Amino acid sequence: MAVDAILDPAAPAGVVVEQSRGKRIWRRLLRRRSAVAGAVFVAFFVAVAVLAPLVSPYDPAKADWLQVRKPPSMAHWMGTDEIGRDVMARMIWGARASLLAGVVSVTIALMIGVPVGLLSGYCRGWIDHVLQRITDALLACPFLILAIALAAFLGPSLTNAMIAIGISTVPIFVRLTRGQVLAVAVEDYVEAARAIGNPHWRIALRHVFPNVVPPLLVQATLSIAAAILAEASLSFLGLGQQPPAPSWGSMLNTAKNFLAQAPWMAIWPGMAICAVVLGFNLFGDGLRDALDPKET
Amino acid sequence: MRSRFSLLIGAAALTFAGAAQAQHLRIGLAEDPDLLDPHQARTFVGRLVFTALCDKLVDIDANLKIVPRLATEWSVSEDGKTVTMKLRHGVTFHDGEKFDAAAAKFNLERALTLPESRRKSEIAAIATVDAVDDYTIRLNLKEPSSPLLSQLTDRAGMMVSPKAAKELGANLANKPVCSGPFKFVERVQNDRIVLERFANYWDKDKYHFDKVTFQPIPDATVRLANLQSGQLDMLERLLPTDIAAVKADKRLNLQAITSLGYASFSINVGNTPRANTPVGKDPRVREAIELSIDREILNQVVFNGEFTVGNQPVAPTNPFYAKTMPVPKRDVAKAKELLKAAGVPNLSFEMQVPNDTQQTQVAQVLQGMMREAGIDMKIVSIEFATALQNQTKRDYVTSLIGWSGRPDPDGNIHVFLHTGAPLDETDYSNADVDKHLDAARTTYDVAKRQEHYTKAAEQYLKDRPIIYLYHVKWLFAHSTKLAGFKASTDGMIRLENVKLQ
Amino acid sequence: MWGYFLGRLAIAIPTLFIVTIIVFGLQHLLPGDPALALLGEDRSPEAYEQVRKQYHLDKPVPVQYAMWIGNALTGDLGASLRTKKPVADLIAEKLPVTVQLALMSMAIALLIGIPTGILSAVRRNSFWDYAANVLGLSGQSVPTFWLGIMLILLFSVRWGLLPASGYVSPFENLGDNLRAMIMPAFVLGAALAAVMMRHTRGAMLSVLRSDYVRTARAKGLNERRVVLRHALRNALIPIITLGALQLGQLLSGAVLTEQVFTIPGFGKLIVDAVFNRDYAVVQGVVLVTATAYIMLNLLADMTYFLVNPRLRG
Repeated sequence: MAVDAILDPAAPAGVVVEQSRGKRIWRRLLRRRSAVAGAVFVAFFVAVAVLAPLVSPYDPAKADWLQVRKPPSMAHWMGTDEIGRDVMARMIWGARASLLAGVVSVTIALMIGVPVGLLSGYCRGWIDHVLQRITDALLACPFLILAIALAAFLGPSLTNAMIAIGISTVPIFVRLTRGQVLAVAVEDYVEAARAIGNPHWRIALRHVFPNVVPPLLVQATLSIAAAILAEASLSFLGLGQQPPAPSWGSMLNTAKNFLAQAPWMAIWPGMAICAVVLGFNLFGDGLRDALDPKET
Repeated sequence: MRSRFSLLIGAAALTFAGAAQAQHLRIGLAEDPDLLDPHQARTFVGRLVFTALCDKLVDIDANLKIVPRLATEWSVSEDGKTVTMKLRHGVTFHDGEKFDAAAAKFNLERALTLPESRRKSEIAAIATVDAVDDYTIRLNLKEPSSPLLSQLTDRAGMMVSPKAAKELGANLANKPVCSGPFKFVERVQNDRIVLERFANYWDKDKYHFDKVTFQPIPDATVRLANLQSGQLDMLERLLPTDIAAVKADKRLNLQAITSLGYASFSINVGNTPRANTPVGKDPRVREAIELSIDREILNQVVFNGEFTVGNQPVAPTNPFYAKTMPVPKRDVAKAKELLKAAGVPNLSFEMQVPNDTQQTQVAQVLQGMMREAGIDMKIVSIEFATALQNQTKRDYVTSLIGWSGRPDPDGNIHVFLHTGAPLDETDYSNADVDKHLDAARTTYDVAKRQEHYTKAAEQYLKDRPIIYLYHVKWLFAHSTKLAGFKASTDGMIRLENVKLQ
Repeated sequence: MWGYFLGRLAIAIPTLFIVTIIVFGLQHLLPGDPALALLGEDRSPEAYEQVRKQYHLDKPVPVQYAMWIGNALTGDLGASLRTKKPVADLIAEKLPVTVQLALMSMAIALLIGIPTGILSAVRRNSFWDYAANVLGLSGQSVPTFWLGIMLILLFSVRWGLLPASGYVSPFENLGDNLRAMIMPAFVLGAALAAVMMRHTRGAMLSVLRSDYVRTARAKGLNERRVVLRHALRNALIPIITLGALQLGQLLSGAVLTEQVFTIPGFGKLIVDAVFNRDYAVVQGVVLVTATAYIMLNLLADMTYFLVNPRLRG
């Protein structure tokens, strides 16, 4: 869906020349097998998350006191957890939490970061200075510490973890958007649009913004991967998804107490996180190569 | 010594490293201790270090009986208001200062008056201290106090060097000078606390280690892995679910003992806004909640059945356990009836739970059991610091929390259940209970105290401001090379007659 | 040019100032009273009042901030609420550990990242390119704490080859020190290797396309020589620059890795401090790591500037 945005035939006038480039990028992306593989991974997990109520073999919160920490069996393909719940059901429902955490937090970061970056890059002057100092300061604070402090401030919950990760990711997008704006602003067609007296907001929105989209898209994909890891980390510290609802990170957090007796509790969520994050990374990476004009 | 050894052997040492060194004991702790000054310290884990570092006036033995340490004998006056103690001769502090009545007086006064002291409420019964002669002190009490001596078995009775304490004030915590069997060498926060043998210890023949290192390793799995791979000789607070692994390992031994503390959930029953719920207002609802719980199942599922189930502030094995109030059996039908009678057949309430994995597990099992009685218990996961704040501000409905325990029952009961007591965070108030708790505190007669505690228990266990669930067992795992160690009910590691073979 | 950098340096000061305000503000927004966090089980009202007074927690937040920044400007970072140890001492104690871990991780990242990066640039779009790419990205995709726990289970518990955790000072015993640090360094290095590989690949590709490489090839020099002598040397500069940036992030402490391996560095110190509401420690450590981060950034920019004459316009 995000890719369609670049291919949209109704794209603004300033990027008409870009249309054929869009098709070329799409073709290049398809040629990179690792990117396609990444997309397939991601699609698989998205499907699992969306279809959770249909594919889940059990209620993920239903505990069976007599089936505590049982290894994988025919009844429980991935075994049972510390209070006798089906691990597979929790993995399937947990996919929702992890993917949501990735997508929602990056959406939050985009919604704040892009306008601020546009504003900063386009207005220049003192606004730019102030915004850049704040961005610098946020970037200088360690990412996870910022997220931990924010999550602790908001109180432990999945929603708050997403907000915390989102806010901590904002500075990357401010930086990126601003850089792109500065690069694009000196291009001929923007100068031309300015020369014929277009209002500022119109130039920013119709001419500058579309050119900022491709690198943002790449960064967003990679940031989703990072955000999924961050959610897992926060859950690992007890600040993410709340019981009895599952998320892969919180499952790992619990599993670490039972590594010797019930290794399956740690292995499945760990592998799932790796797989989905790798999927996003491969896809984002392929996208970056496809968008890189230096690549042929 | 360790480094010289490795230097000599050079690279070959790499394959040997981790092999136990002669008489160097390495203990894995579950947390990093706080201040290393017995008068200022606050954490349980710090007491483990003090047990090796500092000596105290009296101690408890396996049967909770009070036995001599620095005080060799003591007597209580007829009216119960003065305690006279004879002190041990020939004791020196780690800095060479002499221990005598003046030093003991100084220490008790420091515990009572140092602004940073956390011992004030523990020994508040003491009005003044007199040095009668060089080796006799007299404690003049405000009123008779039966728990006082047991408080002196812990940090309040520990002695620091008056000279060092005067010099350093509250900063003594960075360089503690006590009189225990081991003296302080260094501390690297989050990493290690190193003690070495004190050559002039009065009872030095019973202590065999040249060096004792405490290493905080919060992750229980990693702590055990360190023991298994030989980086540690012993560890405290083994996970109950790891007991099987330790028993299966031929190189390891296990020691378990029921603690003096309890695990419970508190219910806000006062008159603050958040207490204004069916749970806070109606004892029938609280009874229904308790009846919906099966403590045995909880113990089985979360702790592999290794902990001790209980329903009172002291464990069923404790002499002060009220025998008239045994652990109630689960009765879901009766719970449902009570809820219907109270007009809340679909009861729903919140429980705040510290966000650590074990507490979360307990809460989820409770949640599952309550669901079967038609109760919708919502878990509100919360950081520990926030949980404490919510309790002091009464901003909670129910709260899963525990108490590490004190040797005297007073320390488990009075402070939580007496009207207006410092930790009466449920706002529980009952004149009868207050009367019995005060009476039990001011009499030295054990039989009378038992009677008072039983009377009080019969009341507060019916009112249920706190629902007690189980008693943790202190679990120690150690290398089979370590000989002579016995777990103590207060969870401390006493190194008397312990050695590595 | 020097003017530009002096300007950048001047900008660093307000940035650091904002960092301290953000961190201070955030900490005071945290629910959970620091005095109660400090007292724990001994939270009697009387003790509570004493602690609030002693640590000036009863004063308004701006006043507390003013007191902190006033002391910090004179070089006094205060003392830990929890252990009374001066924050400066704590930092001095943890800094070598964190620096060593960061350098070792970086070394591992470079050892994996540069050769694979060269390989995938030279053999572009081949099987090797894809393999290196997937492998590198896998390293970046594994949750560090999970990888750490798995490594401990294998190397320490199952095979007994390495200590599960526990830091030994290199001055005490270098061998033990390296044995304790190798697993955490590998976990962090594996995550970074992908980044270094990408940079190497990109830098190599652009150098390999440049005129002088073409000239070298035209002169008939053998390919190995062209790649290693001519191309790599030029590609190294941006790699080093970007490496410096990554180092800046490593220095702020590898929170979870330190947690899992109980390495007593900045990461563990700061997380414990956040949970214990030990604000002086959080404040001091962030100030130091943020300064390091900003300085390394500046250094990276400077190098980049020096080797990229086009930017000077």
